[in-house]
Amino acid sequence: MLMREWLQNENEPGSDGAPAAGYPFGFMDEGAKKEIRRSILKAVAIPGYQVPYGSREMPIARGWGTGGLQITLSLVKPDDIFKVIDQGCDGSVNAVNIKKFVAAVADVAITTDTRAATLIQTRHRIPEEPMTDRQILVLQVPYPEALREVEPSEMETRRMHAEADYSRMWLFLYEDIVKYGEITISYRYPVTVNGRYITDPSPIPRWDVPKLHMADTLFLFGAGREKRIYAIPPHTSVEPLEFEDHKFRTENFSGKACARCGATDTYLDEVIDNAGGGRSYFCSDSGYCDKRSLAWNH
Amino acid sequence: MEPLIRIRNLSKRFGQGCSRCRDATGQEQDTNLCPHCGSVMACNDVSFDLFRNEALGVVGESGSGKSTLVRLLHFEWEASEGAVEMHRSAGLENLPEIFATGSDYSFNLLGLSHFQKRQLRNALMGIVYQNPHLGLRMQISSGGNIAERLLGAGWRHIGKMRRRSAELLERTEIPVERMDEPPCNFSGGMQQRVQIAKALSNNPLILFLDEVTTGLDLSVQARVLDLIRNLRSEFNLSMLVVSHDLGVINLLCQRTMVMKSGHVVESGLTDQILQDPQHRYTQLLVASQL
Ligand SMILES: Nc1ncnc2c1ncn2[C@@H]1O[C@H](COP(=O)(O)OP(=O)(O)OP(=O)(O)O)[C@@H](O)[C@H]1O
Ligand SMILES: [Mg+2]
Ligand SMILES: [Zn+2]
Repeated sequence: MLMREWLQNENEPGSDGAPAAGYPFGFMDEGAKKEIRRSILKAVAIPGYQVPYGSREMPIARGWGTGGLQITLSLVKPDDIFKVIDQGCDGSVNAVNIKKFVAAVADVAITTDTRAATLIQTRHRIPEEPMTDRQILVLQVPYPEALREVEPSEMETRRMHAEADYSRMWLFLYEDIVKYGEITISYRYPVTVNGRYITDPSPIPRWDVPKLHMADTLFLFGAGREKRIYAIPPHTSVEPLEFEDHKFRTENFSGKACARCGATDTYLDEVIDNAGGGRSYFCSDSGYCDKRSLAWNH
Repeated sequence: MEPLIRIRNLSKRFGQGCSRCRDATGQEQDTNLCPHCGSVMACNDVSFDLFRNEALGVVGESGSGKSTLVRLLHFEWEASEGAVEMHRSAGLENLPEIFATGSDYSFNLLGLSHFQKRQLRNALMGIVYQNPHLGLRMQISSGGNIAERLLGAGWRHIGKMRRRSAELLERTEIPVERMDEPPCNFSGGMQQRVQIAKALSNNPLILFLDEVTTGLDLSVQARVLDLIRNLRSEFNLSMLVVSHDLGVINLLCQRTMVMKSGHVVESGLTDQILQDPQHRYTQLLVASQL
């Protein structure tokens, strides 16, 4: 069933918090949620290690955040305040659909304010505002295997992880530098988690990678299609792969500012003006930009 | 002097195995194939010592188990039985757990985890294969091929790795300006020299050479052998030199083992083995080649 139909058929959940028609609280049955939580616990216990789990059918197509959604549904509580972002934006169709769905099956409040949220599901960005130890960020992951670029076989990548045999990943970066003078990876920048596993941080920009390091927040990663869950627990070291003479660098927006809120310290999206062909820049994190714009106008 | 590494009763069986494998295979039976269960005893009860700075030769006909022996000692294949022990002087500071206190030799290295074996290999060993496709990534730059070993040993400085690669390529007579070209652009002799440069990059204590000159032109062969001879004394290498060419063994090795059907049938000083072979099979081998 498509989510649109599902939402249309759905009655508004009762004010007594009773589950929406025919579905248990959180859409999945308790057994399924428990199983996913067990995988999450294992993932937290082994930071950066990909834990296989039995991915369930969701009323959205795989590849549209089902991995993240299953984590969200297994964790959500009635008193949660929920936020969804899609490439920084709270208002995209995909984000709105997931929001409506979770609101319908778990009767939670929705927000666009990072600070107000207790549970945030995101695709390809980490919010600009620092998150706290009372919050969880769930990241949607299309390709969980950081080594896939250098090794097509799953058996072999598992062996490489087990033996921390990572020289081929490093060689890939070496060749990049020899050919292009720098590391050309812009999204999915590989990181070493807790000094052990090389991990894919999901397709966040390099800008967001340092936010994972020694954070106060729990980061959970869900790949629905590939049936993997992994985690970066709070206060865990997350080091981008780099060389002593070729350090990891984030995107450089110096001299640029958001045309809407004026921010000079955020990840900016470039927008080409149709009429004039000029370039302008806007915060990618729409919730943060809204907040700043409002503050300016009052 | 105590051996650097002791190999005891090393065996490798391909197949299920049965109670009669051992008696049904070997030099007298003239086969490594067990007629009862169809298993191959590729290496059978091989014991020897390898000393510091020594080049030990391994000769024998095709299928006698020479490459298998190398693969076992390089930890590429799991042995079915046997022990490999390393002398404390090998300097394995990053693997202190492999030595019992007070003992000069390590525990049986064949019992280590894959991870420990990899560490040990990265720290101590280099290998050059007959087929350069086994030792090199043909589509990746030659400098990158060397860097891969250094990366495995923990190097994280591009400039330093490139200087080390340039140094080794120069030493192995590859024009340094071709460092960023992939080996598939190179001739067979050049590919072997890139393999040698790669094998030496981590300053190994032990170098395995498996038929490194087979298939090369005679003049190219001579240059590669010359190079290997010079490198051995320069790098203080212990080498295990596999060849079915007695000429190669004679040129490089002070001591030699002769293998047949998975067994070592004769071993001793190379000169003596060539001048006065004891075993019937060795006599045949020498007579047919000299
Ligand atoms: N993967 C395998 N499965 C079964 N048998 C194998 C396998 N690999 C090698 N053998 C057998 O083990 C025996 C020893 O092979 P090995 O390659 O060690 O011989 P070799 O002395 O190096 O010969 P060559 O001079 O031809 O290189 C052979 O009988 C071979 O067929
Ligand atoms: Mg061979
Ligand atoms: Zn048998």
